[in-house]
Formats: sequence, structure tokens, C-alpha cells
Amino acid sequence: MKDTCVRFTRYVGSMTTFALRCLLGFFRPPFETKETLRHIDELGAKSLPLVGTTGLIVGLILAIQSRPVLARFGAELYVPAMVSISVVRELGPILSALMVAGRVGSGISAELGSMRVTEQIDAMEVSGIDSFRFLVVTRVLACTLILPLLTGIFNVLAILGAFVPAVTEMHMSWTLYFHWAVYSLWLRDVVPAILKTLAFGFIIGVIGSHHGYTVSGGTEGVGHASTNAVVTASLLLLFSDMILAKLIVLIWN
Amino acid sequence: MELIEIQNLCTSFDGVPVLRGINLTVERGRTMVILGRSGVGKSVLLKCIIGLISPDAGSIRIDGKEIIGMGHSQLYAVRSRMGYLFQGAALYDSMSVRGNLEFSLRRRELLSDDEMGERIEKQLRLVGLEDAIDQMPSQLSGGMKKRVGLARALITRPEIMLYDEPTTGLDPITGREISHLIQSLEEQYEMTSIAVTHDIGCMRAIADRVAMLNEGVISFEGTLEAMGKSKDESVQRFIDSE
Repeated sequence: MKDTCVRFTRYVGSMTTFALRCLLGFFRPPFETKETLRHIDELGAKSLPLVGTTGLIVGLILAIQSRPVLARFGAELYVPAMVSISVVRELGPILSALMVAGRVGSGISAELGSMRVTEQIDAMEVSGIDSFRFLVVTRVLACTLILPLLTGIFNVLAILGAFVPAVTEMHMSWTLYFHWAVYSLWLRDVVPAILKTLAFGFIIGVIGSHHGYTVSGGTEGVGHASTNAVVTASLLLLFSDMILAKLIVLIWN
Repeated sequence: MELIEIQNLCTSFDGVPVLRGINLTVERGRTMVILGRSGVGKSVLLKCIIGLISPDAGSIRIDGKEIIGMGHSQLYAVRSRMGYLFQGAALYDSMSVRGNLEFSLRRRELLSDDEMGERIEKQLRLVGLEDAIDQMPSQLSGGMKKRVGLARALITRPEIMLYDEPTTGLDPITGREISHLIQSLEEQYEMTSIAVTHDIGCMRAIADRVAMLNEGVISFEGTLEAMGKSKDESVQRFIDSE
């Protein structure tokens, strides 16, 4: 029990130091702009089909499921508003983050882990290159920047997805649907959600990079690291979402 | 004059001592070969010298500068004077041979694309691999990887070169070729080098002086000639195994 506590405390300490080093790295030159853009393209573009498809399906299901319930209260017309508010405020950010954590977090961890066990990171260090800045800061920054964009796409596709049952089952026109879906969104629904996704992206990048960069135990260690990265990132995302949701309600409402 | 001075260096992993007080000096322009059985801490010693592992105690001076406890930026400045050949070559597997050689060069020296291309081609010619310039590391054999690793380490013209088991995992012929390549490059660049190995043939080809690492300490240090006359049991066992 004592050993577990010591290990956990060490892990939290190491993760916190790692995150702070990343944050400082965002603002300290030299900026590895080319490498960051490469990761944005690599991590962001390749996550787009997964996040987009999920968004489309979630919107569609949400509309199908909520219509009969709202109809009981004679509030069928509120389906577009319910979909857009719930997607923009909560489902978009957290589901996109969980999808990206599964795809990108494990990928980063496996990639950095393999580089660690094959001494490629050491090779970079002995060449006089700051491997942390080149490998970690660029990936964490890319994750932080791509998540708001991916969430935006998720939200748009979810709202479009919900339009399908709205037309086929509720016989709603596009103009009416669009009016209810978009004009029921307030700035206080959109802005905190975007800020939240920046934090989620940072968490995914830091957890994935930390597990890979500090891996030990050869190829088996790399496998464990990428699995643990996804589990830890998912739990931490849900936990931080809970805290941020409360904070947002306190501050913005 | 000594370029590398190591005094009373101690390192342990999870409480198990690996190096128990290493004392060693390497003169400028000389090649020191550290012999020892597998697992005695030869690679650990090299990694301490280049600052990849922080030792528990002791001192490592490079050109008079203490590197233990040095800040990141100062350490990177010291490392920029050094080259390191890894046991498994440690090539960047996502980059071609050209990319591997270009990576550190681009960050350390202001060269035009033409100058850079010329330097890379020249370096690959030296190691006999000019045709492999656009190949990926996964397409190379063990010996070719070592050669590319050597070219990558030497492309920035280091003053100090550290070799971690340069011939391990290679067949005897390729191992001999690599040893002779190291010997000719050493003469050409007039570097100060430390090589760790358990290959006696490699040692004979490149060493000016030899040190024997045994149970965490240097049990013998001297010239190749002195090594032949040494009464040290671990040295004798090594010579007899040849």
C-alpha cells in the first residue's frame, strides 16, 4: 500500500513537472514551427474521418432519441435546439476528446516509446538537440490546437446529422431547423466549450507524450505505455470535464 | 594534456551499484578502449560522460569543464563538440539516410542546401555508402546501419568521439571492416576517442591505451604492450579468450 502511494505520488509529480515544461516550451524560443505544423497535419487530418463520422452519427441518434421524449411534452420543435446546445456545450468537446485520446494519445505514446527504447531520443540528445522541445512540445502544442478545430467539425456534423430525422420524421424545413439550431446557441454556450477543448487537447498531448517519453522495459513497456496513456487520458478528460463543467456554470451563468 | 578526466565516478540503479569509483583520463588526440564483460557498466560509463545518465558521485571534466550538474544549455554546448556511435546505431527510423545526416547538421551549422548536400555525400563516401543516401534505415543491414551511424556522428566534425560496442552484432569480416574504418577516420580527423568493446580485434585496431572495467572499477589501465604483460586476472582471461 505504501509502495503504491509512493509510486502514485511520483507519477503525479513527474506528470506535473512534464506538463509545466510543456507549457513553458510553448512560449520559449526556438519554436519548431515546421515540426508543429507537420504534427497538426499528421494528427489532425488523420483524426478527421473518425471525429467527423462520430459527430454525424451522434447528432442523428440524439435527434431520433429525443424526438419522442420531447413530443410527450409537446416540445418537438425544440429538438434542433436541444441537439445543438447539448452537442456544443458538452457532447462535442468530450466525445471529440475521447476519440482523439484513443487515436492520437496512443499513437504519440507508441511513437515516442519506440524512439526511447531504440535510443533515438538519446541520439537526438547527444547531437545537442533538445529532444523534449523537438518531440514533446511540438506534439502537445499540435494536440492543443487541433482539438478545438476537430470539435468544431464534430459540432457542425452533429447538427447536420440531426437534420436528417428532423426532415424525414418531423417534416421540418432547413430554414426552420437552422433557425432553431443556431439561434438558440448563446455566446456563453460556445466560448467556454472552445476553451475547454484547448485544455482537453493539452491533457491528451501531455499524457500521451509523458507515457511514451518516459517508457522503460523495452517493447513490452511500449505496449503498456500506449494502453495506459489512453486509459489515463480518458479518465483525466472525464474528471477534468466534471470540474470544468461546474466552473463554467459558476462563472458564465 | 588530458581532455577527459574522470574521478571517483559512482553510479547505481535501484540501489545496485554499477560503477564503484572510476578513475580515468584520456589525453587529447588519443583513443582509449575500455574492455569489459557484458553488463559491467561500460555503456553506462559512456552515457555518464556524455551526460545521458547522472552519476551518484564523482567528477567528469571535459576540457577542464565539470559536466556533472551542468545546466541544459551548457551541456548541449559540450555535446556539440562530441559524437556518439550507439550500439544499435539508433538511426531515426522515420528519416532516410540523408535525413539522418542532415538532421543535426541543419540545426548546428549554417550551411546552404548545396553545401549540406556536398557534406553529406562526402561523409557517406568516407564510410562507403554513397549509394544508400535515399534508403530508409529499415532497408539497411546491421553493418550498413553502423556505418551510417558513424557518418552521422562524424558529420559535425566532433573533437571527441565515443563508440559504444562498434562491432557488436556484426560478423567477423564486417566487424573488422568497421574497426579499420574507425581507425582511418580517427587518423583523418585527429579525434580524442573512447570506445567500449569486448572485441579484442577491434581493440587492437584502434586503441592507443586500454582500460579494463571489472566489478565497477578500472582494474588495469595502460598501453597494448603493457596489457600483454599484465598479471591482472581479468585482463589475462580476455587475452586468452582471443
